[in-house]
Amino acid sequence: MNTLRTISTKRIWLTVSVFLFGLAVACQSSKEPDPVVPPDPGPPGGGIEYKPTPVTLRKPANFPDVIYNISQNPLTVEGVALGKSLFYDAQLSRDSTVSCGFCHQQFAGFGHSDHALSHGIGGKFGSRNVPGLQNLAWEREFFWDGGVTSLDELPLTPIQNPVEMDLKFSEALSRVQKSPKYPAMFKSAFDSDTVTTARFLKAISQFLLTLVSADSRYDKYVRKEAGGDLTTDELAGLALFQQKCSTCHATDLFTDRSYRNNGLPVGAINDQGRYVITLNEADRLKFKVPSLRNVERTFPYMHDGRFTTLEQVVDHYRSGVKDSPTLDPALKVNGQPGIALTDIEKRQVIAFLKTLTDNTFINNRDFSAN
Amino acid sequence: MKNTSTLGLFLAVIITLSVVSCNTSDPVFDAPVPGKMQLLFDNVAGSADLKLNASTYQNAAGESFTVTKFNYFISNLRLRKEDGSEYVVPQNSSYFLIEEEKPASQTITLNNVPAGKYTGLTFLIGVDSLRSMADVSQRTGALDPGTNNGMYWDWNSGYIFMKLEGISAVAPAAQNNTFFYHIGGFGRSTVKINNLRTVTLSFRNDVVNVQMDATPALRITTDALKIFNGPTQLSIAQHPSVMFDTFSTNVANNYVQMFSYDRVQAN
Ligand code: HEC
Ligand code: HEC
Repeated sequence: MNTLRTISTKRIWLTVSVFLFGLAVACQSSKEPDPVVPPDPGPPGGGIEYKPTPVTLRKPANFPDVIYNISQNPLTVEGVALGKSLFYDAQLSRDSTVSCGFCHQQFAGFGHSDHALSHGIGGKFGSRNVPGLQNLAWEREFFWDGGVTSLDELPLTPIQNPVEMDLKFSEALSRVQKSPKYPAMFKSAFDSDTVTTARFLKAISQFLLTLVSADSRYDKYVRKEAGGDLTTDELAGLALFQQKCSTCHATDLFTDRSYRNNGLPVGAINDQGRYVITLNEADRLKFKVPSLRNVERTFPYMHDGRFTTLEQVVDHYRSGVKDSPTLDPALKVNGQPGIALTDIEKRQVIAFLKTLTDNTFINNRDFSAN
Repeated sequence: MKNTSTLGLFLAVIITLSVVSCNTSDPVFDAPVPGKMQLLFDNVAGSADLKLNASTYQNAAGESFTVTKFNYFISNLRLRKEDGSEYVVPQNSSYFLIEEEKPASQTITLNNVPAGKYTGLTFLIGVDSLRSMADVSQRTGALDPGTNNGMYWDWNSGYIFMKLEGISAVAPAAQNNTFFYHIGGFGRSTVKINNLRTVTLSFRNDVVNVQMDATPALRITTDALKIFNGPTQLSIAQHPSVMFDTFSTNVANNYVQMFSYDRVQAN
C-alpha cells in the first residue's frame, strides 16, 4: 500500500515535470521564431501550411567531408528556388544591370568567360579574376585571399562592391521585400514573408550549395562508372598530375584549400593576396589554391587572369616560376624553381585537365536562369 | 486519497499558472525579481561635448579637426558586485553599437540584473571571435553584417570595432581632407592583429543599488580625443587613414583608455 502510493506520487511528480518541461519548450517556440530552422508546421492556422520539401545535399563518393554546416541551413526545394531567383536577379545591382549570374556564367563553369578581370556595373573593372563556382560546401574560406569566412556572408561583398553591383545591402533587401514575387517565395521557403538578412543570404547559399560538379569523365573513371574511359594520354597526364601537381591541387576537389605562392611574377596590380587578410609577411603573394574542375571552361587563369590558355599555365610551371621568399617549397625541389615537364608530358597533363570538364553540370537546367 | 487530491489541486494550479505566464514575456522559471541598470555613454572630446559636423577639436599633435562619424561596439558586459562576485550579462543581450548620430543608441538598458549592490563594470570594445564567426542568423540588430551602418568588413569577414571619421586641413587633399579610423580585427586563424580590448571601470566609491523598483542610470564618458592622445600619439597628417593594418593596434591601445565612469544619475 505504502509502496503503491509512493509510486503513484512519484508518477504524478514525473507527469508534472514532464508537463512543465513540455510547456517550457512550447513557451519558447512561441517566442520569436528562429529565422533559419523551419519551425514545426503545427496545426494549420488558417493560412497556407508551411511544408517545404527537403533536398539532400549531394555528397559524391569520391569527395572528402563537407565543411558547410548544413544543419544551420537545411536545403529545401523552395529555398533553393528562391536562391536561384536571387542569383539571377539584376535588381540586386544599383542600376539593375548586373546579377550574380552576369559574372558567374554556367557555360563557363560559373566563371566569367574570356574576362581576365571581373567586369561589373557600368563596365567597371575589378582587380581579380572571377573564379568558377562549384562544390562550395567543401570550401572553408572564399575569394582568392580567403577573406570571406562563410558562404552565407559572401553575397554582401559583390552586392555592395562599387565596381560589381554597387547597391547598399539594406536597399537590396528592401527591393526584394517590395517586389511582387519574392514575399511569397520567402513565405514558402522560411515560413515568413519578411525579408531578413539571414533569410536572404541563406537562400542564396542554398542555391550555391546545389552547384555540385562531380560528373566529369574523370569522376566516372574514379568511380568506375559508365562513360569513365580515359585515353592513354589522359591516363599518363593523370599520373603526371598526381606526381607533380596534387600536393596543392589535392583530392578530387583539386585543392587543399591552402594559400600558396605558385611563383607568378608580381603583376601590375601588385596584389599581395593572403597578406592583405592576415598581415603576416609569410603570406605575401599567396593565393588560395583553386580547384581545377571545369578548368577548360574557366579561362582566363590565375587570380588576375593573366593566362588565357592551359598551355600558358603549364609553361608557367615549366619555365616561368619566379623565386621569392614565399615561393612554395613544392615548386623548388632540388633548388630549381619550377616543375620539369617535357613537351609530351605537357600535352598529357593538359589532356588530363580537360577530363575535368563536367558537361552534366554545365548543361544542368536546374542551375540555369529559367 | 487525501494526498492524491492535494496533488490534483496542485497540478491544476501549476497548469493555470503556467498557461497564464506563458502569455506574459517573463519565462516561468527565471531567477526571482530582477532589476535593471542603464548605461549612458556620453561622447565627449576632452572637456567639450562631442558634436558631429560642428565643433572643432584639437589633438595633442596640435591638429584641428571636426568629427563626422563616431561609432563603437560594446559587448560582453559583466557587472561586479560588492562581494566580489560577478553578474555576466547573458551573451545574447550583450552586444551594443553606440553611434553618435543616434542618440537612442547611447543609452543601453540591461534587463534582468539581479538585485544587489554593484561596484564596477567590465566590457569588451568590439565583437568577440565566437560571435563574429557565428551563424548569420545569430547576428541580428547591431550585429547584422548587412545593415549595421557600415560596421562590418565584408571583404575580410569581421566587425569594425571603432569608427572615427572627420575632416582636417592636415588630411590629404586627395582624400578631400577627410580622415578615417576604422579599427577591427579579432585575430582569427593566422591573422596577425587582434584589436579586441577589455575595459574595466570601477564605480569609485559609489555603490550602485539595483532593486526591482530602482533602475540606476550610470553615466560613462567616452573621450574621443583619447583616440589620438594615448601611448602612441596619433597624428592625422602622418596617419590620415588607419584601417586593417598593423598600425591599427596602436589606435586600439589608445582608445582602450577613452572610457571613464562619471556618476550615477538620479532618476
Ligand atoms: C562583377 C562580377 C561579379 C558579380 C556580379 C558577382 N561576383 Fe562572385 N566573384 C567575383 C570575383 C571577382 C570573385 C573573386 C573575388 C576575390 O577573390 O577577391 C568572386 C567570388 C565569388 C565566390 C567565391 C568563390 C571561391 O571559390 O572563393 C562566390 C561563392 C561568389 N563569387 C558568388 C557570388 C554571388 C552569390 C553573387 C551575387 C550576389 C556574385 N558572386 C556576384 C565576381 C563577381
Ligand atoms: C605549390 C602548389 C601548386 C602546385 C604544385 C601546382 N599548383 Fe597550380 N595553382 C596553385 C595556386 C596557388 C594557384 C593560384 C595562383 C594565383 O592565381 O595566384 C594555381 C593555379 C593553377 C591554375 C589556374 C586555375 C584557375 O582557375 O585560374 C591551373 C590551371 C593550375 N594551377 C594547374 C596546375 C598544374 C597542371 C600543376 C602541375 C603541373 C600545378 N598547377 C601545380 C598552386 C599550385
